[in-house]
Amino acid sequence: MKIDCSGMYYRKLNKIIRDAAEAGESEFILDHVNGQRYIGSGINKKIKITINGVPGNDLAMFMNGPLITVNANAQDGIANTMNAGEIIVHGDAGDVIGYGMRGGKIYIKGNVGYRTGIHMKEYKKQVPVIVAGGVACDFCAEYMAGGILVLLGLEKEGDMPITGDYLGTGMHGGVVYIRGGVDENMLGKEVSVLELDEKDMKLLKKHLAEFCEHFGFDLEEAMSKPFVKLLPVSSRPYGNLYAY
Amino acid sequence: MKDNCYIPSGCSISGMINESGRRFDGSSVIKSIALMHDRGNGLGGGFAAYGVYPRHAEQFAFHMMFDHIEAKEACEEYFKDRFDIVLDEEMPTRAGGAFEEETSGRYGEYGGHPITNPPILWRYFMDVPKSKTSFVSENEYIVKNVMEVNSRIDGAFVASSGKNMGAFKGVGYPEDIGVFYKLDEYKAYIWTAHGRFPTNTPGWWGGAHPFCLLDWSIVHNGEISSYGINKRYLEPHGYKLELRTDTEVIAYLFDLLVRKHNLPMEMAIKALASPFWKDIDRMPEREQRIATAIRQVYGGALLNGPFSVILGHSRGMIGFNDRIKLRPMTCARADDMLYMASEEAAIREIAPDLDRVWSPKAGTPVIGKLSEEVI
Repeated sequence: MKIDCSGMYYRKLNKIIRDAAEAGESEFILDHVNGQRYIGSGINKKIKITINGVPGNDLAMFMNGPLITVNANAQDGIANTMNAGEIIVHGDAGDVIGYGMRGGKIYIKGNVGYRTGIHMKEYKKQVPVIVAGGVACDFCAEYMAGGILVLLGLEKEGDMPITGDYLGTGMHGGVVYIRGGVDENMLGKEVSVLELDEKDMKLLKKHLAEFCEHFGFDLEEAMSKPFVKLLPVSSRPYGNLYAY
Repeated sequence: MKDNCYIPSGCSISGMINESGRRFDGSSVIKSIALMHDRGNGLGGGFAAYGVYPRHAEQFAFHMMFDHIEAKEACEEYFKDRFDIVLDEEMPTRAGGAFEEETSGRYGEYGGHPITNPPILWRYFMDVPKSKTSFVSENEYIVKNVMEVNSRIDGAFVASSGKNMGAFKGVGYPEDIGVFYKLDEYKAYIWTAHGRFPTNTPGWWGGAHPFCLLDWSIVHNGEISSYGINKRYLEPHGYKLELRTDTEVIAYLFDLLVRKHNLPMEMAIKALASPFWKDIDRMPEREQRIATAIRQVYGGALLNGPFSVILGHSRGMIGFNDRIKLRPMTCARADDMLYMASEEAAIREIAPDLDRVWSPKAGTPVIGKLSEEVI
């Protein structure tokens, strides 16, 4: 189903998608999207949605199953509390990606904003995954409680740091893999930097292979630099951070 | 609102400058802010525009709001003794105006909300008599009088007081406010806009953004948690905080730091959104000494809390965020245009083909400057 979204209000668009999905439609191509919120949010079916244009905030919130491809940048709040499905963004993404995400995958070709993967969690086989090809801003993996977060910094310029400050602040579960290492000054107090073991390498390779397939990157090139992994070590001493 | 079941919240801001000084009408800024309709709740909308009064470019343009006719009379009595009024007239408005550019699409869904019950809106183009500036500068004289009107004359408020610029604001959705004020009939080289979702302070005409003083204008998404400290810091310098909202302090802080203290813009922003001490400790020595001095001298100007802000002035437009990026801002360039908005889509709506799109780092200003004279 092809939908011309120019000038269309988000409620109308999302109703069309939900109703058609309910009636058995499995593939949606949305043209001229610009700023429509909540696309794919709360959908429980394994439908495919291709978005041409910049989708609005809260893309794929509470999503449970769909595959979403965005052929542009994405804004803030993608995959809030997402449970299952996949999001592929052929561009950059904004702040607070995967907030409380509890399953499914997000692949972002470019950079990600502030607070990526904040409060991600996992339970048994429900393990959310975020892979970003670019760099991240401050508070990446903040309060992360589970899941896998991979930062590649593939096209970063010169000495540009691959992460922002307060990396892994308050982290108490899950794992972060970073290509090329991290600046110790950027680290939150609750994480330690470790080398990858064989199990890590296997896991990483699996997700990188998928990432490279989506965006046409070379897997060997992506794996050519050594990675480090971050794991949580302790509890939260940041009660005062937001007040001076 | 048609449907009051929930309100997705968060103010919206949008701004654009033509750095070559080319003036363009207000319809594009209205379209941009209208795209973010759902970030506001209809309790405040407004615009700042630079270059709108070329025929009166030498006079101070006072945009006034009066609750009742007595306030207007009292204010005019006050002005009469202190200024040479070159021209005064009612602000041109479309009574009951509402945005209905595209009734078949998204705008039709949320509908135009006609602007009702405006205060008396009047503008005055005024010169400062030579005799008044023997001991103070013209600008200082204006600031003093703006503070006096806002605090002393019951029911009278100054919406803006700069040269060749103005604030057009009120209670309503911003796109409807824009139509109400006929902004499609004005041309400016800088436009900023705000859609309000008031949280801690009332939604009233004088409390809508932008907040202006001289040629400074501020639109702001967020809240200034340090309002009390900033207010106490500003008051001994002669500023009177009368508009019942936090954002007002930002406009006055720029006036104090940049106009009166001559700080370079980048330094003023370092005072308002200072680096953290732990980051200052890691700076090279010279930078460290400057950053330390700024924090020590201007501790009372430090803005705490979440914010994204667009500052306008007659020579440029500056966007910046709080230090830990608790509010959104996206910037973009296309030729000699610089855009800033809460969402990328609000920029794409009016400029689909952009040379570059990026989100500035927390606490780091994005500065647009007029490179030439206004055309």
